[in-house]
Order: sequence, then structure tokens, then C-alpha cells
Amino acid sequence: MSPAAKAASVDVRGLSVHAVRADGSSKAIVEDISFSLPPGEVLALIGESGSGKTTIALAMMGFSRFGGTISAEEIRVGDMRIDQMDEHALTGVRGHRIAYIAQSAAAAFNPSRPIMAQVIEPLLVHGQCSRKAAEAKAITLFRALALPEPETIGSRYPHQVSGGQLQRLMAAMALISDPELVILDEPTTALDVTTQVEVLRTFKSVIAQSGATAIYVSHDLAVVAQVADRIVVLKDGRMCEDGRAGQILEAPANGYTRALLSAARPAARPASQTAAENVLTVSGIHAGYGRVTDGVPAIPVLTNIDFTLKRGATLGVIGESGSGKSTLARVIAGLLPAARGEVRLEGERIAPRMEDRSREQLRRIQLVFQNADTALNPAQTVGQILARPLAFYHGIKGAQAHARVAELLDMIRLPASIMDRRSNELSGGQKQRVNLARAFAAQPDVLLCDEVTSALDTVVGAAILDLIDELRRELGITTVFISHDITTVRAFCDQMLVLYAGTPVELSTRETFAGAVRHPYTRLLVDSVPEMDPEWLAQRAAAERPALAVSPSSGPRSQPLCRFLARCPVAVAGTCDVLPPPVQETAGQRLMCHHTTAQLAAPAPLSEPVAP
Amino acid sequence: MAAAVSRRSPLASLLPLIAKRAASAVLTLFLVSMVVFAISALLPGDAAQESLGQSATPEQIAALRHEMGLDRPGYVRYAEWLTDMLSGDPGQSYVANQPVADIISQRLPNTLMLASVTAVLSVFAALAIGISSAINRGSRLDRALNIVTLSLVAIPEFLVATLGVLVFSVKLLLLPSIALVSEDATWSETLRSMALPVFSLGCIVVAQMARMIRAAVADQLDRSYVEMARLKGVPFSCIITFHVMPNALGPIINAVALSLSYLMGGALIVETIFNFPGLASLMVNAVTSRDIPLLQSCAMIFCATYLVLMLVADVVAILANPRLRA
Repeated sequence: MSPAAKAASVDVRGLSVHAVRADGSSKAIVEDISFSLPPGEVLALIGESGSGKTTIALAMMGFSRFGGTISAEEIRVGDMRIDQMDEHALTGVRGHRIAYIAQSAAAAFNPSRPIMAQVIEPLLVHGQCSRKAAEAKAITLFRALALPEPETIGSRYPHQVSGGQLQRLMAAMALISDPELVILDEPTTALDVTTQVEVLRTFKSVIAQSGATAIYVSHDLAVVAQVADRIVVLKDGRMCEDGRAGQILEAPANGYTRALLSAARPAARPASQTAAENVLTVSGIHAGYGRVTDGVPAIPVLTNIDFTLKRGATLGVIGESGSGKSTLARVIAGLLPAARGEVRLEGERIAPRMEDRSREQLRRIQLVFQNADTALNPAQTVGQILARPLAFYHGIKGAQAHARVAELLDMIRLPASIMDRRSNELSGGQKQRVNLARAFAAQPDVLLCDEVTSALDTVVGAAILDLIDELRRELGITTVFISHDITTVRAFCDQMLVLYAGTPVELSTRETFAGAVRHPYTRLLVDSVPEMDPEWLAQRAAAERPALAVSPSSGPRSQPLCRFLARCPVAVAGTCDVLPPPVQETAGQRLMCHHTTAQLAAPAPLSEPVAP
Repeated sequence: MAAAVSRRSPLASLLPLIAKRAASAVLTLFLVSMVVFAISALLPGDAAQESLGQSATPEQIAALRHEMGLDRPGYVRYAEWLTDMLSGDPGQSYVANQPVADIISQRLPNTLMLASVTAVLSVFAALAIGISSAINRGSRLDRALNIVTLSLVAIPEFLVATLGVLVFSVKLLLLPSIALVSEDATWSETLRSMALPVFSLGCIVVAQMARMIRAAVADQLDRSYVEMARLKGVPFSCIITFHVMPNALGPIINAVALSLSYLMGGALIVETIFNFPGLASLMVNAVTSRDIPLLQSCAMIFCATYLVLMLVADVVAILANPRLRA
């Protein structure tokens, strides 16, 4: 990387972007945006979806999606007047002096071309250097970005590297031309929390090294707190607040900023009132895809899942993507029959396959899908969607059903007039409410919520969570709450099940979860959640290296060894890589680890091996 | 995760995939041969009846049938026919009394020439129309091309051919209205006589292909990687050539193969109008004269061409997709 030779200051005055509607009229996406940024600083654009943050960021490159028109008194980046440049001049600036890092690297990389060709493309199209020099420079960058096999990773195709690596490769693609301004558009949003922290750390250090000015677009205040010098808060295309990061985070002047901040720190809810009876018992569940031989599917996803939930209790299921969280919901609902093990409802064993369950059993377990957009039939009205479970499970029809639908809508705080609207006329939050009401219409005993707030904005999601919490308490519903958002789960649930690669590494009550004893993987997960404190990233020690070099190809799934072995910072040679991990049960906690609970409580990595 | 990515040799992982695809093509061809044989046996009347005419007595017909081997059970005749076909002998024409292979070898080069000239011209035209309307989506050019291609798909080819004859042969006196293809014709004569058939056939396949190419390219243009390439400052022509085309190749090849397979067998109307001595008109003659061996051979040629084109399209799509390739 070249030294911090050039960093541009950015000045924006009176920026508006208008989109042209189908009927020819134009509508402002963002209006009257002004800010300025000294060279070498990082500005964060913060806001919810639709707030226009990406639109503003793209306007810095003279680009607008869907043929929007950019107008501004001034958009100045260094010595360039972006607002006065024509398309040809802009093409020369993009990827050369101003670079862009997109939200989803998986979509932004061309699937048909090797990574190297795409990373060095900005240098080649702007004629900055020869192919050979460009490749050498790319390899230097790969190394700086802590990518594995920097010499050869460029010859792979995008689908052959992980999401976190691809995101870093995109940073290489942006930084390779030594830009004066880097625009990062939610660069870590699509990543798992454990990956996010590492990517964030690398981004921060390479941007600091390159000395470039940066504009960081995000909806996540805690992430922004780690990287930004200045913050601009946006709502509905207008600026709410603009100031130094510390001031915005600690003493927000604007009401909306305060709402954003409080939604990001959910208050813990009181423990649930639970009855003595066990409602949902899951024991020894093994499930996966493909042909099942001896109770083991060809592609196992879940192994040995056990838990019991009392009436009115909530279980939070957390883990990285691919850990089998959604599969667990599908197994309980009967969408994916378990290969082994059983699901009991009030002590009564129910069939693994949904088709073999009675209508009454189906009614008692309801699944709320993550994405209300696709879960609701766009051809039906809200009234039809809600009347269907009423007729199917309760035989309620006609005027009675109409009254009940109105009741349900009232319950989810939507006006009864919405009954005649179709789902595609509703906002994201309204759709998710209807999706919930559909599940509540069946009057279930068990509610399975699969990432119900992850597609929603923070403030809207927080309102949905409040609603679920209130209704489940009122109706005494047992809830399984699946989420990758540990903060939410901790505030919401009585019990926490931590899944790693389909194995339950830890099952704890909320109290023990808050305590010091944690499975190493849980510790990694919890420690990776960014905090609002700007010093958090700097203070957080770099992720500890795995203690044992275990090649992942030796197949953690094929052996009963600890699944976390290859990533575990406290694994013990001679024990963890030889014997399957024992299950340790103490009051309110079940851990799957070789270490004793006393050792797991210690914050530092353990040096003394434990006796097998 | 990435460390776990295995680096197999590309060929080793591809060969089974392609072999599987080829095997299924062979199996399909075998099933098609059964269908062709069964259907040709369902035609009312047979060659014996046809060649003796209306006045023949049932005894005479029966005798000729026995002589031709038509009175044996179907599966025996099928097995015999299939072995003959496999050994490269499609049999003897009942009507012309000469080997089917000879008759076909007179016609096949004509059809191949017509098809290949049309194919080359129409693929280039379709690519140009499809890509230019995709990159100018919603513009006047796109709408104009849309109307033209839609109309050409909708207009029956005999109308295009007749109009072509009317304009170029009758009014302008530029081109012959009948395709006189013979061995001693000069190059320019052949080209001139082929012009109108190629034009009529080309119209319909160009329109089909252009619409499918437009859809494939437009779909890719909406992807995030195209926006990313623009934000990297890649000139638009390079985005089309190096980013969009590699991804659109699979669907485009499929569209092209589908349209081209039409050129072999679907040229009947054009062949008839221009009196062009091709395979399609030969096959229709074989049906009317109940010349079953000839009919079966023609049908098998059309089916085999179709299957080969589809196979090529699939293999190209596999080769173009790095997820399948590496």
C-alpha cells in the first residue's frame, strides 16, 4: 500500500436526488443534504432502510440507481467537482480516485470470472499500471487484509471463498487504486457476528494505513461507533443530526437519534411466568438432508438436540449462519422429519412428519417465518390470510370469522380496515405483524419464531419483539425464538441454546448465561457483538488463534469429536482431539466441553491440560 | 471454509457430468426411434397398397406385403430396422426403388447449406438486436425492435416468403422466386437463389432468438456485479463483453440451439414455396407415398440434430459456469 499521500476532503452542499416515477412526476429520495468531511476522516451515514443513506453515498461518485437525477449546489471531493462532471469524466474517477465497497460481496463479484481479474480491473481500465504490477500489488493487499494463501487466492472463483473473505477481497478491489475517498456501503451487515468483528478490524486498519477519507454507510450504531469520526443521522431522506461521533452517541440532540440508540440496546424483559407442566420436549434429535441410514442422514445438520420447555417459557436459539437454527424449527414443525429422536407435546409423542400429525397437533405448533414478504400470499387479502387458519383449525366461518379477524388485527395493533388490503400494499413491519397474527389465529401452544426481526429495521423490529413478548405472556405461549442477534435473544428469552455446526454446545438459563461460565464458542459469540463504546474494537483483543492445528478437512461432522475443535482457542492436545466432549450439567447450565466449569469461567486461555 | 475447497482438475470433474448428459441423449434417441417406428406403423395404408393402387385385389396386396416383409410382427421389424440403422443402412426406399441413403445424400447437403447459412446470419443478427435492445431497455430503439421482433414472431413464414417474392422477385426483379440449386450452378447463382429462402427462414428464428437473448442479457444487467463494475469505472462496452456475456452465455446458447433446431425440420413451408430440394419436403413426400423407410430415416435425422444441438448447448452451459467447471 502506498503511504498516505493523498486524502481528499469532501464538501457537500444542498444535495438532492430525485427519482422519476412511471407517470413522469419526480419524487425526492434525499433532499437538502449538506456535510463536510476533513481529509483522512471517516464519516458514517446512519439510518434505517429507505432513509437514503446509500443514495447519498453513491451520489459522491455521481451515480444514482434507477435513473435518478442528482442535483446539488456542490459535491466536491478533493479538487474534483463531482456535480459538474459528465459521464465520461465520472467513469475515469470511479474506481480510481473514489472507490466503492458494496454490501454483499457475494452479489458484487461476477460469478464467472476469477477473483484476481476482478480485483485488478480498476487498475487496468484506468491504465494505472501493467497487469503484472497490478497482480503483485493485489497480493500485497491480500496479505495486508489477512487473507489465507494470498499468492493463490486470486485464481479462485467467488463461490470458492467464504463470505468474510469475499468481503475482504472486495476491500482489496477498492483499495488497489489508492483512492482518495472510499465509500463503504454496509460492508459487514451480511456477515456473521464473529466474522464481522475480524472484517471490521481489518477494514479499519487498512483504511487508516491508506490514509484515505471514508464514508461508511450503516444501520448499526455499534458498528459505526467503532469506525466513525463523524456521524450524519438520516431519516426519510433528510438529515436529522450531524456531528462528531462521540457527541452523537453520548449526547444525541435529536429525538430520532435517541430512538435509534435505545432500540439498539434492548431492555431486559422480566422472566416469564411458567407453569409446572412441560409443553415441548425435544429429545435426542438428529436431522439433516439426504438418505437416512441408521438414523444418520447423508448430510447431517443437527445432532443430539435435547431441551424441555415449560408452558409460557421462551428458548432462544443462537448460532452462526449454517449452524442449524432454522433446521431445528423445521424439525419441530414437522417440515423436515427428524432422522432420530422425538418431539413431545405435553408428554405425548408426535409424528416426525407433518403429514402424519393430526390437525390438532398441527394447530398447537405454529411457525412464523423470517420473511413475511414471501410467507404471505400476495394474491390474498389480509382478511383471507387470517381467515384461513380460523376455518382450518377452528371451523370458524362467515361473520364469526370476520369478527375474529378484526380481533386478531386489533391484537397486533393494526386497524381493521387493513383486512381488505393485499400483503404487497403493506410495509415490512405491517407484513410481519400479519404473519404473526396468522400464527396466533391458530391459538398455538408453541410458537416458533425463525429470525422474525432480522429483515426489519431496528426500531420496527423492536416494536415487533414487544408485541410478541406481550402476546406470549398474555396467552401463555411457549416460544422458541431463533435469531443470530445475541443481544435480542438475551433480553427476550429465559433459556439460551447455543448451536455450533448443529451441536448444542451450551444450554443455559438467562442468569447462568449472564454469569462467567461459558462455552468457548459462546464466549467468542458474545465477545464479538460490537458495543456502543468507540474503544470497544481497539480494546477487544484480537481473536485468539485456535489452540490446535486441526485441518478442517479431517471432517468435524464425521467424527464425534468436539465440532468447535478447529476454532477453539483453549483446546487441549491429547484430549479434545482424541475424545468426544463430555456433557456437563450444573444448575441452570449444560455444556459440551472437556474443560471443567471452573476452568471455563477463567477469562484467560487455559494452559494446564485437563485429565481426560 | 476456503481451505476446504478442493482443487480437482477441471476436466476430471467435468467429464462425468458431460458423459451423463451424452448418455441421456443416446437413451432419448433410442426412445425416439421406438416412437418414430410405432407412429409410422400407425399410418393408414402401407407401401404395398400404395404401390399397387386402388384396383389391386386383397390377394395381390397380401402377396406383395409378404414379399416386402410387412406381414411380420412389429417388434421383429423394429429390431431388424434398428440393427440396420446402427450399421449405417437405412434400407431401401419402397417407392423410388433405390437405397434411402442415396436419396437422402442428394437432399441433405441442400438442407445443411440452407440451415447453416441461415444459422450464421441469424445468430449474428439476433445477438446484435438482442444485446442492443437489452442495453437500451425502455428506449425508443428497444420499443421499435420489440415491435419488429414480436411482429416477425407472429407473422406466419409463408406470408414473409410470399411478400419477399412479391417485392424482390416480382416488383424489383432482383432475385429468383424459385431456388434452383444444382451442382453446376455458380457461386453467385447459388447465393442469389438462396437469398429469399434464407431471408424468410431467418426472419422467424432471428425474432425468437433476439427476444430470448434480450431477456438473458437484461437479467444479467440487473445484477449487483454490473453496478459494481460501473462503480469501478469499467467502460460500458467492457462491462458487456467481459462481465455480462460470460454469465449470459449459458441461456443464450440454449436459446440459439432451440431456434436452430427448427431450421432443419421446420423449413417445410419455405422449401415448398421456393421449390427448394431439402429434407423437409422429402419427408412429406415420404408420408404421402407411404415410403416408410425414407420417412423413418428423415425423422431420425431431425431428432438426432435436435438432440445434438441440445447436447452442445448443455455442454457449453456447463463449461461457461465456474460452479460446475471448477
